[in-house]
Amino acid sequence: MTENAATTSPVPERRRFAFDLKAASPFIALAALILLGAVVNPDFLTVSNLTNVVTRSAFIAIIAVGATFVIASGGLDLSVGSMAAFTAGLMILTLNKLGGAETSTLLMAMGVALMVAAACGLFNGLVVTVGKIEPFIVTLGTMGIFRSLVIFLAAGGTITLRDSGMREMYRPLYFGSVMGIPIPVIAILLVAGLGALLLYKTPFGRHVVAVGSNEDVARYSGVPVSRVRLLTYVIQGICVGIAVLIYVPRLGSATPTTGLLWELQAITAVVIGGTALRGGVGRIWGTVAGAVILELVANIMVFSNFVSEYLVGAVQGSIIIIAMLVQRSLQRAR
Amino acid sequence: MKHTMLKSLAIAGLAVGLAGAAHAQEKKNVTIAVSIPAATHGWTGGAVYHAEEAAKRLQQTHPGLKVIVKTSPDGASQANALDDLMAQKIDALVVLPFNSDELTNPVREVKKRGTFITVVDRGLKDASIQDIYVAGNNPEFGRVAGKYFADTLKQGNVVVLRGIPTVIDDERVTNFEKALEGSGVKVIDKQYANWNRDDAFRVMQDYLSKHPKIDAVWASDDDMALGVLEAIRQAKREDIKFVLGGAGMKEMVKRVMDGDKMIPVNVSYPPALVATAMNVTAAHFYGNAPARGTYVLNAELITKDNAKNYYFPDSPF
Repeated sequence: MTENAATTSPVPERRRFAFDLKAASPFIALAALILLGAVVNPDFLTVSNLTNVVTRSAFIAIIAVGATFVIASGGLDLSVGSMAAFTAGLMILTLNKLGGAETSTLLMAMGVALMVAAACGLFNGLVVTVGKIEPFIVTLGTMGIFRSLVIFLAAGGTITLRDSGMREMYRPLYFGSVMGIPIPVIAILLVAGLGALLLYKTPFGRHVVAVGSNEDVARYSGVPVSRVRLLTYVIQGICVGIAVLIYVPRLGSATPTTGLLWELQAITAVVIGGTALRGGVGRIWGTVAGAVILELVANIMVFSNFVSEYLVGAVQGSIIIIAMLVQRSLQRAR
Repeated sequence: MKHTMLKSLAIAGLAVGLAGAAHAQEKKNVTIAVSIPAATHGWTGGAVYHAEEAAKRLQQTHPGLKVIVKTSPDGASQANALDDLMAQKIDALVVLPFNSDELTNPVREVKKRGTFITVVDRGLKDASIQDIYVAGNNPEFGRVAGKYFADTLKQGNVVVLRGIPTVIDDERVTNFEKALEGSGVKVIDKQYANWNRDDAFRVMQDYLSKHPKIDAVWASDDDMALGVLEAIRQAKREDIKFVLGGAGMKEMVKRVMDGDKMIPVNVSYPPALVATAMNVTAAHFYGNAPARGTYVLNAELITKDNAKNYYFPDSPF
């Protein structure tokens, strides 16, 4: 709502403080989880483990930054998981087709991945805006379409990066680091930084939030509603593309189960981060915290010795709900 | 698997010979329908491939035979597909059911019309429906793997990655643990990784941070084994002696064949069992020999010496 504030009258000092607490609450939940992890198992609190967790959260975090735009504008995208699998499949097929282990080949395949993902997002956006169909239905449909296309491309098996030279050359993009910071983490920071700039500091960002809080009012105020919505889906697509760029070097393959349920994780990350599911509020950094929280909860489950593997899902669900309740009570308490 | 496979090949061979003889008297027209899950992951992809290959081969050897292969993405659509197939007047149905509960009744309906029924892999609730049952051996899959760990390691710490919570997974894991009993090999951790590479990578990374000494990993599936290997490579850990997957994915069988130290063996659970079922069913019509019964394919230990028998470079799996 600080975004709204920019367009309306200046906000009194006390309210601004309250909003800051609201924005900070996902991070407080994150800190509480780290504390919980340390209590559960002292080995949890090692640099290598925490680095692993943050690095692994990169795919969901980057996709969820895109989802923040879609959801803040009152939309929804259920197709991101299938889209990621489809894009990864096409990217690997391109690499296999071109062959060799040159940088130019890799750059070309990366370009293909970004373009495919952006086109998928554009398609979603066009059906939603021009076709005037509920985003839930549109993206549920494309979720099935993209998923089947991967299965078709893989003939039910696995699409694997064949050239081992290329595999070794590309591998550092997931496993490498710059000054001790893993490259996927740098990617999260860059994408989230750009996302925050776009959402908080540009007219487009204010339009996104305006469309999400009240479409009619936005339209009467001269906001190009359809164009704004269309662009949010394209941004979502590009984010999926970027996530794929760092997903492919990890295992060098795409399977029909790649990206399964990522859409739910991305939406969960967005909501944990404080973005309203009904639109009108968007919080980029909260979203990133949300993605890390999700990965952290799964990590703590493996580290705990007393939760039976049959109950992991139940405990995971409870932790997420409790974390949200704690956040809410913090916000009410001011 | 080899023995049963040989047996069924022998039956099929016999069938070819006899069919040649029978052919002179009358050209026998038979339609066999094959209903299997669509290729939604590696193993079912392999099943579809082998079913289509077997259909081609069988139609060549038996001129009067028609084989219809139909894949379905879920249990409900498979039930519908069975209705459609019934309408086409079929003599036999080879079915790999999505799940036992949902498909028992639809298959019974097909049976009521006098159709010959062959059930593959997942059994129906009512065993009296089937004329032939061809199955892989899940308890054996776990036992063979467990025995390999007990024999090779003698003692040490093992971590286990489980599949998706199902009867299949349960049978495999309980028998794996049973086979370890009495040996010095200890399972220090087990978690679900859903037969998925990415989940296996995540769980293995966490195992590596959590346990300072791991002697070997039972990934219980080749897809998961690939994720595990990548996590080990990243952590640069030298304590892990080997990783055992399972199901006989071609890439993994290749590594066994090449003598990869991290992948010394594999355990078979061949998607080609659909093809075995189709061969036996065809033999029932053309073989003039009894074919009714239950065929359990062994879960065999694939080693460097016999790996080439399990290597199908053209299969997607």
